Amino acid sequence: MRIVFKTSYDADIRLFKHNAQAFWYLLLFAIAILLPFIVSEFLIGEATLVLIWAICGMGLMILVGQTGQASLGHAAFMAVGAYSNVIYQENFSLPFVISFPLSGLTAGVAGALVALPTTRLHGIYLAIATLAISVLTEDLIVILEPITGGITGLFAPDVQIFGFTFNRYGNPVELYWLVLGITFIVVYAYRNILRSPIGRAFAAVRDSEVSAKAMGVNVARTKMVAFAVSCTITGLGGALMGHFATVFTHETFNLIISITLLLMIVVGGLGSIHGAFFGAIVVVLLPLLISVSRDAIGAYTGSGSITIPGLESGIFGALLIGFILFEPMGIYGRWLKIRTYFELFPFYRKDMFRRQKSYLKTERTQ
Amino acid sequence: MDILQLIVSGLANGCVYGLIALGFVLIYKATEAVNFAQGDFMMLGAFITLGFTNADYMDLPFWLSVCLAISIMGVLGYLLDLIVLRRMFGQSQVAVVILTIALGFVIRFIAGAIWGHEPQSLESPIASIELRFGGLVLGMDEVWVIIVTVLLTGLLYLFFARTKLGVAMQASSQNQLAAYYMGIPVKRVHSMIWGLSGIVAAIAGILFASKGTIDPTAGLLGIKAFAAAVIGGFGSLPGALLGGIIVGLVEPFAARYMPAGYSQIFPYLILVVMLIVRPHGILSQIQTKKV
Amino acid sequence: MSLLELKNVTLRFGGLVAVNDVSFNVEEGEVFALVGPNGAGKSTIFNMISRFYTPAEGDIYFEGKSILDREPHDIPSLGIARTFQNIELFEQASVLQNLLVGRHTHRRSNFLTDIIFTPFVRNEERAQREAVEHVIDFLDLQPYREKMIAGLPYGVRKVVEMGRALAIKPKLLLLDEPASGLSVEETRDVAFWIEDIKKVMGITVLMVEHDMHLVSAVSDRVMALADGRMLAIGSPQKVQNDPAVIEAYLGSDHMSGDGEAA
Repeated sequence: MRIVFKTSYDADIRLFKHNAQAFWYLLLFAIAILLPFIVSEFLIGEATLVLIWAICGMGLMILVGQTGQASLGHAAFMAVGAYSNVIYQENFSLPFVISFPLSGLTAGVAGALVALPTTRLHGIYLAIATLAISVLTEDLIVILEPITGGITGLFAPDVQIFGFTFNRYGNPVELYWLVLGITFIVVYAYRNILRSPIGRAFAAVRDSEVSAKAMGVNVARTKMVAFAVSCTITGLGGALMGHFATVFTHETFNLIISITLLLMIVVGGLGSIHGAFFGAIVVVLLPLLISVSRDAIGAYTGSGSITIPGLESGIFGALLIGFILFEPMGIYGRWLKIRTYFELFPFYRKDMFRRQKSYLKTERTQ
Repeated sequence: MDILQLIVSGLANGCVYGLIALGFVLIYKATEAVNFAQGDFMMLGAFITLGFTNADYMDLPFWLSVCLAISIMGVLGYLLDLIVLRRMFGQSQVAVVILTIALGFVIRFIAGAIWGHEPQSLESPIASIELRFGGLVLGMDEVWVIIVTVLLTGLLYLFFARTKLGVAMQASSQNQLAAYYMGIPVKRVHSMIWGLSGIVAAIAGILFASKGTIDPTAGLLGIKAFAAAVIGGFGSLPGALLGGIIVGLVEPFAARYMPAGYSQIFPYLILVVMLIVRPHGILSQIQTKKV
Repeated sequence: MSLLELKNVTLRFGGLVAVNDVSFNVEEGEVFALVGPNGAGKSTIFNMISRFYTPAEGDIYFEGKSILDREPHDIPSLGIARTFQNIELFEQASVLQNLLVGRHTHRRSNFLTDIIFTPFVRNEERAQREAVEHVIDFLDLQPYREKMIAGLPYGVRKVVEMGRALAIKPKLLLLDEPASGLSVEETRDVAFWIEDIKKVMGITVLMVEHDMHLVSAVSDRVMALADGRMLAIGSPQKVQNDPAVIEAYLGSDHMSGDGEAA
């Protein structure tokens, strides 16, 4: 553990706590940039998908981890991002550099509109309302066939930036770099939120609405801003997902995706940017791991590969139950413990991260 | 006559939704946890019965299978609270929501692995009997669902009003601390409520599977039951049934009189409107937190 | 003109009259205490001033203007800060962050500039942190600056809550039982702080407190309440010796000992 002597207010404001931290994160970013020279093209495709999921996850994380508002319907805003992005490009012939931010904005406005009536709802009611919105969006996409293509879906054109083309199959490495750049911007924006008044207002709403009001925080408005920011980011992720998938339908953004997104950030670790990335890695790598081990088992037993439908989500569910019961802070929480263990070796004590007993916070009058 | 048939089939569907919703509400009232896996409980209950009684599987007598399935689901619910949910005590509602969603994933996987993913129907003695009243043709299965639901509701009412255990459950749902001081073993009562909602889910599943087919994704019906629970009022048992019946009745009529594609959004549309206009449902019982 | 004025305020919960026709003024620069048995309506009065409740009758004026048309989140920017009887801090944040939330009403950035983190936001942040450091120095909170609230002892949390209210830089500070659950030493600290808040910072204090030693040590005027009604108002000595107050607290022979005595 490092002691930082704070000599100015900037010590708390700047992005990194100390130079060593800055070094490690810059190294990580450098590795991410150089990744295409290390691994195969197939894995670069998977890495792109991890980044896209991480962007969507960060969007939801702002809402759930930072503001404490559950959403079981965020795939709806991915859909808004993906559809509006393609529609702006195809029907209004806007270039990607304009349609992409605009699609995020569209999703953000949609989020704010949804938030308008639902911010009065608490915990479980909000979860159910957002769940209903996810289901409704799926059906709406089918109903709005003239612009959404109905059940046949939409075809996402190649990303064109100033004449340069990005395609998942044509030049996956360049697409990866593009997504990496966008991920970087989102992470930077997220960090800015955390260190600025709006981030503290989010935390205030999350931890005590009554107290937030008493501190002058307009709770309804803050929730709306949280929804708008969250849905903007998730919408951007959805737009990228559309380009990555090349063809997408209402099924690409169904309720299961909404739920997966929520489960993902819980597994990763609620309330941290790391959590979104760890969760995204699990979501993308789990099917990969399963298919690899299935082939291995098949080769070993000589029975050929066996397919068990639903295995992925079954394992994912079991994993999640394990995490909630034994490591509610997710993978990031486990990572913090391991790191602290080595930093303090041999002085680590088991109770250093002992969970604070939090008692049932009831919404009822008793 | 046509309309009457729509009403009966809507009622029958509504009863199943209502019974699933009843399961949510039982647990919510007592423990403030929301069991998003209640729909999957229903599906599991149906498959267990089907596994016992269908000729392709164990071919046991129908009524024996029903009794076995109901007891298994009851024990399962009890153990689930004992082993898993009790560890969650003091954690946020959302954590419990996520846990039960994950549980639903696991149940769906297990059911698929055991009984496969093809739709199957329960071989029950009441299936495919038709009742004719003049020009009106009613499926015995649908009438049966309504009758059983009414009976079950009555039984539950008597249970909560008359038996010592029922009163203890009510007490601990209204004020945990006070109930604890009065010597009610609140934790054990919680487990029993989970058991009870397992039993209700099993009955809902048996009714559902005997009037149609069932496959592992049938648990997603739970979402409609959610709509039902919210419409009726999340803290109210009669509200859950009422909400279920409303959703059940709206569906066939929307399907009949609305253009295709629009009908299935109706339950959710009502839900969203309800949440905006009257968030605590028709029969609201929950007040907001005191400062 | 009084800083705060309650005029014939009445509030009912269903059939229960929680506050019954209560009027009083808090003058600028004084420490005013509300005392009374549990259920007398003291915290309810606080909740009406912070606009969580709306009185059925009567009016509340701050600096001569009615505040009844204001939302709860407008109240701090008028210059009224409060603490809660059962501590309501932001549990998953550090002491510093909690205090910084107290500066929320002073921020001039919006969420867009925050996300981009413009130089303007950076300068604002420096200013807010400087303001918060004054509060930390005043309440000796330096050892806890970076600590999460969730791990802090009760006594420290009470101080942090007071600090968070002070960070607002209010004109009027409402303290809801600032000494409840504190040790003798901690209570003595609270007494010193209240003195300093009044004298050094020039903030008017309205507090609810059961500890009569603390009340008589720091308050200029006291109002006693029971069952939502005013019993007596005046200097601490005068109120403590008022027959109606003694009766409300102890019950008397000819009354069947009201069980509500604190």
